[in-house]
Amino acid sequence: MSAVQVLTAVAQVLIVVAVLAATHRPLGDHVARVLSSPRHLRLERAGYRLMRVDPDADQRWSTYLLSLLGFSLASVLLLFGLARLQDRLPLDVGAPSMDPAGAWNVAVSFVTNTNWQWYSGETAAGHLLQMTGLTVQNFVSAAVGIAVMAALARGFARSGERGRVGNFWSDLVRSTVRVLLPLAVLAAIALIAGGVIQNLHAHTDVTTLTGGTQAALGGPVASQEAIKELGTNGGGFFNANSAHPFENPTPWTNVLEVVLLLLVPFALPRTFGVLVGDKRQGTAIAATMGGLWATSVALLTWAEMAGPGLVPQAAGGAMEGKEVRFGEAASALFAASTTGTSTGAVNAMHDSLTAPGGGAALVNMLLGEVAPGGVGSGVYGMVVLAIVAVFLAGLMVGRTPEYLGKKLARPEITLVALSVLTMPAVVLVGGALAITLPAGLAGIQEPGAHGLSEVMYALASAGNNNGSAFGGLSTGTPFYETLLGMAMLIGRFVPIALVLALAGRLASARRVPATAGTLPTHTPVFVGLLVTVTLVVVGLTFVPVLSLGPVVESLS
Amino acid sequence: MAATGTLPTARPVGGLVLAFWRQGWAGLRVLLVLSVLLGVAYPLAMTGVGQALFAWQANGSLLTAAGARTSDRSQAVGSALIGQQFEGDAWFYPRPSVAGDGYDTLASAGSNLGPLSTDLLATVEERRAQVAAEDGVAPGRVPPDAVTASGSGLDPDISPAYARLQVARVAAARGVPAADVATIVDRLVVGRDLGVLGEPRVNVLRLNLALRTMGS
Repeated sequence: MSAVQVLTAVAQVLIVVAVLAATHRPLGDHVARVLSSPRHLRLERAGYRLMRVDPDADQRWSTYLLSLLGFSLASVLLLFGLARLQDRLPLDVGAPSMDPAGAWNVAVSFVTNTNWQWYSGETAAGHLLQMTGLTVQNFVSAAVGIAVMAALARGFARSGERGRVGNFWSDLVRSTVRVLLPLAVLAAIALIAGGVIQNLHAHTDVTTLTGGTQAALGGPVASQEAIKELGTNGGGFFNANSAHPFENPTPWTNVLEVVLLLLVPFALPRTFGVLVGDKRQGTAIAATMGGLWATSVALLTWAEMAGPGLVPQAAGGAMEGKEVRFGEAASALFAASTTGTSTGAVNAMHDSLTAPGGGAALVNMLLGEVAPGGVGSGVYGMVVLAIVAVFLAGLMVGRTPEYLGKKLARPEITLVALSVLTMPAVVLVGGALAITLPAGLAGIQEPGAHGLSEVMYALASAGNNNGSAFGGLSTGTPFYETLLGMAMLIGRFVPIALVLALAGRLASARRVPATAGTLPTHTPVFVGLLVTVTLVVVGLTFVPVLSLGPVVESLS
Repeated sequence: MAATGTLPTARPVGGLVLAFWRQGWAGLRVLLVLSVLLGVAYPLAMTGVGQALFAWQANGSLLTAAGARTSDRSQAVGSALIGQQFEGDAWFYPRPSVAGDGYDTLASAGSNLGPLSTDLLATVEERRAQVAAEDGVAPGRVPPDAVTASGSGLDPDISPAYARLQVARVAAARGVPAADVATIVDRLVVGRDLGVLGEPRVNVLRLNLALRTMGS
C-alpha cells in the first residue's frame, strides 16, 4: 500500500469522525427534548385520534412491554401478509408471492431491525412490499429501539414511581416523526442527487451499446436507502445492497451512508446522559463505543489494504467482492461501521473479506452490537454492560454496586445477567444445531474453517439483529429461514423484555445520594473497565468457536 | 383508550392474554396510520421531489448512444452507473462479473468466495493469463480489479491501470494511433471525490462511448 492510499484512508475516517463530533451533541439534545416534551404536534394529535390510543398515559413497564410486543406482532402479521399477497396487489412489478417460510423470515427480519435477507430484492420484492412493508419497518423498528432506551433512562431518572416508565405510543410516534423522518427526507434527497434512483418504473429492457439487452432497473430506492442506513436496518433494495451502484453510486454517497449509519447511534448516548440528568455519563458511554469502533476500523482497514491470504495475494489485492470506486479502504470503513452498528448493509461482500477482516466484522457483532450498536439498542446494550462492570467493581471492594444513583441488588443483577447471556446462547445453540443437522450442513459453500465461519457469521448476524451475511451460506431453505427467524426474535425481544423489567424496578426504587465510596462512572478509568468487561464477556463466550473459524483461516 | 390502561400488579393468565390482545389491536391501528405516512406519503413525496429536482439521476442516469443524458429508456444504451458487457477487441472490457451470466441487472451479486478458496484461486489465475494474452503484457502487470469480480457484479468502473493496459489492443483493433486512445483514457480518469474519498477510476461505458465518437 502506497503512502497516498494510507493518507486518503486516514482522511476518510477523519471526515466521518469530524461530522459525528459536530452532530452528536445537537442531535442528542434534540432527541432528549423530543422524548421529554409534554407537548404533542398537531400532526401527532390527529394521528393519535385515528389510532385511538392515549399518548399521555404513564405506563407501567409491563404495559409498555405489552404495547411494544402487540405493535411488533401486528407488524409481523401485516408484513407476512404483504409478502404472501404481493403478486395480487398493485406495483408488484412481477414479483411472485413468497412461500410461508420465506415470508415469515422476511417479516421477523425487518420487524426485529435485523434485515437479514434470504431473497434478491430485484426479483423477489415488488415496489409495494418495499415501500409499504419494508420501508415502514425500517422506521418503526428503529423507533422501538429509541423507545426502549428512553424507558430505561426514565427508570434511572425517576424515583418511587411504582414501575412507570413512560408511554410507548408517544415514544414510538415522536421518534419516528420528529427524529427519523426529517433526517430521512434530507438524506434521500442527497442520495438522489448522487445517483440513487427514485421512481416507480418496472424493470424493462434497454438495448446496450453493443446490441445486447440489459434490464433498466426501477424503484423507490432512495427513500428506502436513507432510512435503511439511518435506522441501522441494512436491508438492501437490491441483492448487492450498498455495493449496488443504484444504492451507493459514488465515493461521496458512500461516506454519506457511513455517516448515516453512525449518526443516531453516536448521538443517543448524549440523549441518555441528558435524560438521566448527568451528561458526563453519556460521554463515557460514547467514548467506550468510539474506542471500540475506531479499533475495529483500524484493524479492518489494515487487513483489507494489506490483503493477506491465498487469493488476495494471487490477485495483487483484496478486490474480490469490492467495487473499484470504493477500493479497499472505503470498503473496510463501511464494513466496520455496518457490523458495529447492527446495520448489516454491505458495500463489499463480507464472505470475500480477508480472514482477519472477516474475523473483525464477526467480532464486532459478537460484542453484542454496542460499538456503537443499533439505534437505541446500542445504548441499552452498553448500559447493561456498564451494570455488569459496576457489579464486578463492587465485588472487588465488597460494596453494594450502584449506577446513576440506583442501588443494584440481586433482582437487577439477575435481569442484567440474563440479558447478557441471551445472545451467546442463541448464537452457540443455533450454531451447534446448524453444524450437526444435515439440513444445516447442506447450506455450507466451503466446508472446513471457512464453512464454520459462514455458519457462525449467520447466527451472530441474526442473534444480534445485524443482518449482514457471509453470502456463500445458502440460507434460502426452510431450515435456515426458520432457525434464523427464531434467532432474530429471541435476540431482539428477550433482551428488550429484560431491559424494560429492569427499567420498571429502577423507576420504583429511591435514588441514593453518591458518597465517597461510590464508583464514579464517568471517568477514563471506568471507560477502560467497561471496554475490558465488553471484551472479556465476548472472549470467554466465543474464543473456542472463533479459534476454529477465522483464527484457523488467518493462520493457514 | 382502555388499550393503554394500567395493569394491576397481580393478574390471572386470562387477564394477560386479554391485555395482549388489546395491545395487539392498538398496535395494528398505530401501524396502519404510520404505514400511510411512512410507506405511501414519504416515498411518493421523495419520488416527486426527485423527479422535479434530479430527474436524470432519479430515472437511472441513462445515456444515449451519442453520450447525452436521457430519461427515455427507448433512447438509452445503458446507465452511466451500471456496468455492461463488452466483447471484441475494439472495446474496453469491464471487470469480471458473476451477476447472472455477467452484468445481469436482475441478478446483482458477488462470488462470495472466501480468501482461501482454491476455486477462486484457480479462477483468478485463469483470468490473469487471459488478460495478459489478450493485451500482450506480462502476467505480473495485470491489476487486481481485472482478475476479481466486483461485489455488485455491475461495477461500472475499472482502475486507470486496467484501462491503460487495454489501450494498445483497442487502438490496434480500431486502426487508430494508440496515443489518441490513451488521451481519451486520461481525459476520462476520475480522481478521488474531494481528493480523498474512494479510489481513482474510469467509467467503461463512457470510455467506449468516447471511442465511438472519435470517428473510427
